[in-house]
Parts: sequence; structure tokens; C-alpha cells
Amino acid sequence: MANLKINGKTITVDVEDDTPLLWAIRENVGLTGTKYGCGIAQCGACTVHVDGVAMRSCGVTVSEAAGKDITTIEGLEVNGVMHKVQLAWIANDVPQCGYCQSGMIMAVAALLKENPKPSDDDINDAITNICRCGTFQQVREAIHAAANA
Amino acid sequence: MNLQINRHVMPKLNRRAFVIGTATAGAGLALGLDLPFGGPGVVRAADGAPEVNAWVVIRPDDTVVIRIARSEMGQGTLTGLAQLVAEELECDWSKVTTEYPTPGQSVARKRAWGDFSTGGSRGIRTSQDYVRKGGATARVMLIQAAANEWKVPAAECKVSNGVITHTPSGKTTTYGKVAEAAARLEPPADVKLKDPKDWTIAGKGLKRLDTVDKTTGKMVYGIDVKLPGMLNAAIKDCPVFGGKVKSFDEAKISGMKGVKKVVPVGDSAVAVVADTWWHAKTALDALPIVWDEGDNAKVSSETIAKWLAEGLDNAQPAYIGNQNGDAKAAIASAAKKVEAVYSYPYQNHATMEPMNATVLYTPDKCEVWCGTQNGEAAFAAALEASGLPAEKVDVHKLMLGGGFGRRGMTDYVRQAVAIAKQMPGTPIKLLWSREEDMQHGKYHPVTQCKLTGAFDADNNLVALHYRLSGQSILFSVRPEALQNGMDPAAFQGVAQAGEAAIGYSVPNLLVEHSMRNPHVPPGFWRGVNVNHNAIYMECFMDELALAAGQDPLEFRRKLMGKHPKHLAVLNAVAEKIGWSTPAPKGVYRGIAQVMGYGSYVAGAAEISVTDGSKIKVHRIVASTDPGYVVNPAQVERQIAGSFVYGLSALFYGGCTVKDGRIEQTNFDTYNSMRINEMPKVESVMVPSGGFWGGVGEPTIGVAAPAVLNAYFAATGKRIRSFPLRNQNISFA
Repeated sequence: MANLKINGKTITVDVEDDTPLLWAIRENVGLTGTKYGCGIAQCGACTVHVDGVAMRSCGVTVSEAAGKDITTIEGLEVNGVMHKVQLAWIANDVPQCGYCQSGMIMAVAALLKENPKPSDDDINDAITNICRCGTFQQVREAIHAAANA
Repeated sequence: MNLQINRHVMPKLNRRAFVIGTATAGAGLALGLDLPFGGPGVVRAADGAPEVNAWVVIRPDDTVVIRIARSEMGQGTLTGLAQLVAEELECDWSKVTTEYPTPGQSVARKRAWGDFSTGGSRGIRTSQDYVRKGGATARVMLIQAAANEWKVPAAECKVSNGVITHTPSGKTTTYGKVAEAAARLEPPADVKLKDPKDWTIAGKGLKRLDTVDKTTGKMVYGIDVKLPGMLNAAIKDCPVFGGKVKSFDEAKISGMKGVKKVVPVGDSAVAVVADTWWHAKTALDALPIVWDEGDNAKVSSETIAKWLAEGLDNAQPAYIGNQNGDAKAAIASAAKKVEAVYSYPYQNHATMEPMNATVLYTPDKCEVWCGTQNGEAAFAAALEASGLPAEKVDVHKLMLGGGFGRRGMTDYVRQAVAIAKQMPGTPIKLLWSREEDMQHGKYHPVTQCKLTGAFDADNNLVALHYRLSGQSILFSVRPEALQNGMDPAAFQGVAQAGEAAIGYSVPNLLVEHSMRNPHVPPGFWRGVNVNHNAIYMECFMDELALAAGQDPLEFRRKLMGKHPKHLAVLNAVAEKIGWSTPAPKGVYRGIAQVMGYGSYVAGAAEISVTDGSKIKVHRIVASTDPGYVVNPAQVERQIAGSFVYGLSALFYGGCTVKDGRIEQTNFDTYNSMRINEMPKVESVMVPSGGFWGGVGEPTIGVAAPAVLNAYFAATGKRIRSFPLRNQNISFA
């Protein structure tokens, strides 16, 4: 049993303490925008914000996340207004299959919060998500576009 | 002559599944396909809006629903096909939405939507004619309906953006207003399609139709399906391909939280069904399973490599795929010869979304929800696995979290049906762990190639012998497509003619394949046989150029006089990369070309190398001639994406076999390129018209050889076996 504060709402989930946050979000809370890709914190498809920091939710347990502010892709929009990263993603037509993009967008949103005008090198260091479709060229363009929005 | 020294069992197909499965896999159109373009009886969409024909539904508010039979997996086909229909329909693009018909609906209507198969870069090129006809036919009927209402000749009416105008009177109406009447008209017998020169919607880099939901988390992939009362299944198939389950100790996990049932799946797998997938997976990991691994457990990458190497020996039998002159004799008497042996490893598709399918089975109905590249193949699999007749089975297609060829296979659908059948009335979502996905792929086949080139005294190439040894995909996946035992697809990129023809003329040429099929199941992996054939041929072309003391581009050009389209794309990349001018200091160039899937492609790379082993790929220029370009923005993305897929495989990929199983289990041992390794990709599209080539796959073939040739230019080292990580070569 754990109390998770997700996208501003506190939700009690009946799971074991060592359940990965990813699976509690997907299966117990029912928010499926956060994706399973590897389960070993390699690919980044499950990236969410925990107290404002981008984290791979497959590698965080519910007991570690309990009581902290968790934001998922569904919570990025504020009062019906999309986050500037989402808008830049749409303007630059970034996604291909789209499966990794929730995680990619969450990673980028966290980067821009910390570093509002990242250089290409900053992007290279911070964004380590896997995209098998290979959208990186558009991802980079959209990050710069969002930074300048 | 038995050419197949195989430890592989032919797939068993029952007659019913065979008919649908093969019709789907093949050309389709010849096999009892009935593509209706409207008719007297009005067929209605789920919301009651009339179908003008199978491809076009128009709602009273002028929304145009375009039916798409092919699958969207990121490649942009959904948007491209909609553009083609909308172009002929002359509707308002801002009012276009799309919908997938189900394969069950299509079969019930004599395959009204044609082939569903979305592989081989065929999504657009093999359906463009009939979907455009669908749009054009609907346009003619809608205009006729308006003319009838106004009691004027249709010839006096025109349409633009879905608004019909009677030119002499200036009266107007909209598609939404006349759709009901149009749906009752007889379709015209023949319609004229537009000249692509006049396109205003197709041919433009319009934004994709599926982007917004992919940025908000709302897009529903197979893994996201939720049904009332649904349970979740995790599965373990015998890690050794061909092995079986001997026993499993259910009692050990029956008390674990959430566990509902432990079920055998076929004779080789076990699944745990639980309330959540996490519970199912946790219990499955704790389940003791004893496997009967069989003889395949003795197979390793080393034993496979040895067996393939034997196939390089000319004394061994081989299928001839392409020949002219007498290459063996010309080589024997040549002034100079060059020989090299290359090899290419197994690769896993590693789609971001692991395999999954959700099934609700009752004795009266079997419904499947899944991402699939071939709705009809998934339908045939569900039909066979459920044992129900076609009218009681259907497949609901969802967005694919990557396909790359993997989701053209139906193993995961069969498994999900087999599990659901053991729990009638309960919807079951089967999801593979990444580990299961990595170890139960349908792998890019393994091959080796011995290439021998011979020169006369004036350094003219007089003979080329291209001897492949290795695995056939068709032998395993579509044995009915073999030609007297030969796999014609093995020669993709080096074939005599057709959609994957060689771009060089050599006076004496021999291209042959010693087929050797290890037990590891192969599949169509983006680019398929073009991947290794382009590496072998294009790297060897550079080796030949070196032996002849000639520039790699000039050497190729001399052999390409009779292949103007191949040459045109090669020239295009050479010009764009600045081949005739020196590269910046410390930067080295490589070039390559190939033809695949009906398109001519070339690539040129600029790299720098640190410490002889750290490669920075600065830039890759690609050129493609696919005949026509439906959406240049998406073509650009497919080119760049294909390079990421191909270079990931080159640098990081390679699946190895030990004790009969695949050793790589996740992205830590089967890595993929990240943004910091991404080169700048520049695309030059030179569509020459008159044919329709594919886009998703062809360019993948040129990325690896262009980079490898640049690596040789930089270091003088020729790499002939992959992945590069095995040579301690990495991205800088």
C-alpha cells in the first residue's frame, strides 16, 4: 500500500513496496502514457518527473516515490494548455511510432527547466533515451524550438 | 541435389489459414480480391455515416473518414495513403480523419480493402493505384449527386476542397450534404487519375495525422488496451529454439499475490496469468520450469559460423541468382585477382514496444486487439489458433510501438489466443518482457560472403564472383515463395533485374547462394537482405577500386553506364557531399549505392576517427529515387530513421548464440544509438517518375557501407565482420 501523488492528485495504490513505479502508474493508477521499454532503466521510455527530476520509473519503487510529486506525460498539460515541449513536438512533427516519445518529452521538459537554452552538447549529455525509429534529428530541432518559444 | 542441410521444420499450415495467409503475404490482388468502388446498397460506418465507397465515408458535417488498410508503425503510411485518397477526392484536408477497417470486415466483404500487409516498403507503392481510384471514384459520385440534385450536367460542376460548384449558376453545396445521395449511385466504370505533376495534397510535406496523441500520452498501443475484467499474462518460451517444456511446478507460485492461473502454451511455453502484469511477471520469474532443450542446445555462433564458412567453398552446391559470362573461368585466367570474406550477424528488431496481444475468447467469438503489420495474417493466426470460423473471429488493429518487420509475424497472436482459450470469457493481455522479446525474435538472418574480383592487365574489372552462404528467410517464413528450393529474395540488391537489381555491369558475373538454415528463426528485418548484400558489395567495390588504383566513385561510375538510375542517385550524393573537393582536415568520406524495394538509393558519409577506433559520423548525405514522393517530410524522416536503425546494428547490434539460445537479453547487451551519436542527415530526393518504389527500407542499405568505406579511408583498415563493437570500434 502506498500513497502516490501523481499529477497533483494523491492516489492510494494497493501494491507491494518494491513494485516499480512504472507498473503502479500503468496498472494501478491506469495512466498508460508512460511506457515499458526495458525494465532496467536503459531506454527511458518510462521517464517521469519525481520532484521535478526526470527519472526512469521502472527503476524507482513505489516506496521510494511515495509522498513525492510525480508528473507523468498526462500531467504535463496545465489547465488544458500543452507544455511548450509538446507544442514544439507537434510543430516539428517529431514522433514516428511515438512509443518512446512520452519519455523523450518528459526528459526534455526536465532539461529545459534546469537549462532553458541548452547547447547541442548539453542535449547530447542530458537526453539518453532510445528511439528505434530514429527521430533524433527532429528531437534536437524541437528542443531548440521549445527553448526559443 | 539436396541443397538444404537443415535442422528446421517446415511450418505447418492448415488449409484455411494457408489460403488467407499466403494471399495476404503475396500480391493479393490476383487472389479473389473484390475491390468495390461503391454501389446501390448503402453501407454505413459505425456512426451511421454513409460510405461513398470502401475507402471514403463522409459525415454530414463534411468530415471525411478515409479508410486505411495498411498499418501505421511510425513510417507515415497512414498519412501518405490519406493524402493520395484526398488528392483524388478533392476534399478539405483539414477535415480528413482516418480509420482502420478490421480484417474480419474485409474478409466478409470479399477483401474489400485489399492487402493489409505492411512490409517490404509496400504500404504505399502497392496500393497507391486502387486507393487513388477509390478517392477519384468517390469524387465523381459526389459531383454527380450534386448535379442530380440541381438537375444539371455533371460536366458543368467542379469541386475544390469538398465544395461543389455549378459553374454557370454559381450554386454550391458540400460533400457532407450530398454524400447520402452519392452513396446510392452506381460508381463510374472508369476514372482518370491525376498526373502527379498536378498534385496539391499528395507530394507535399504535410504534417502527420497522428502526432498530437503521440505527444500527450493518449495514443493507445497494443500494450495499453484495457478491457473490463481483463487479466494479464507473462510468458516464457523455451530459450532454445525448438525446445519444449518438460515440466513446471505450479504449486511453487500458486499462493503468490495476484496469480490466477498457470497455463501451458503449445508444447514450448508457459504463461502465468495474474491480476496485473507485474504480478504475472514476478510469479513467472519464480516458477520452476524444466526444459527439454533438445539437440539445438549444442548450437553456438561458432558452430553456425563454421557451417556457413563451408558454404563459401565452390565445391559445395549453391543456387545461382544472377550470372553472365563465365566468372570462374575469367577469374582463373585473370592478370590480378582480389578476394575477401565478409560476414553479418543476427539482429533483433527490438521494437520499443515489446510483443503483445489482448484476446477475448468465448466458444462463439474470438476477438484480438494488437499492433500488427499485417491484419489479415493476424486474423488467419487467430482463426487457426481459436479453431473458430472466419465470421466469429476479428482483429482490432492498434498503433504499433515499432514494427521494422517483426510485427508482420504472428507468433505472439497465436500465443495470446492459446492462453485466452484456456480462460474463456476473460480478456487476457499477453505482454512479453524485454528479455522474452530479445530471446524470441525473428532475427535478421546470418550470412557470410566470399567476393572475388578479377582484373585484366589494364586494371579493368573483368569478373566478379559473389558467393553468399547462409540463412534464407523465405525458407522459414514463406516456403511457398521458394523457386525450386532457391530463395530469390536472398539476392536483394544484387539481382539481375527487378526491384532490387544490381547497379553494375561486369563482363563475367556470378552471384550465388549456398543456403544454410540454422535453427534460429529468421524474419524480415528492416531492409532485409539488402542490409548485408549492400555492405558486402559496396565495401568490396571500394576494395576493388583500391586494387585498381582508382577513386571509389570513378571506379563505380565506369561499371554503371547501363544503370542510369543507379548512377543518378550516386552522382547526386557525390555532388552534395562535395566528392570532387577535398574533405575538411581530419574528415574522411565513403560512398555507397544500392537498389531495393523498387527504389534507387545512395549514401555518402563524412567521418573522423580518433585513436583509430572512435568514430564520429559528422554527416550522411542520402539520395533516393522512389519514382514518386508522396510526402517529402516523411521520406526525409524515414531516411534518417533508417540510418539510425542500420548504424545501431553496425556499431552495437549482433545477436550471438550460445547453447542454442540468444545471449543478448536487453538494451544493456543489445544497445541502440542515442542522440549524441546521431549524424546530420541530408536528403536529396530525385523522383524520376514512371514507377513506384518504397521508402521505409531502401536507404538503410547505404548507411553502413558508406561509413565503413569512410573508416577505411581514414585508417586503412578494412572491417569485414560485425558489429563494430567486436572490433573495439565505437562511436566517439
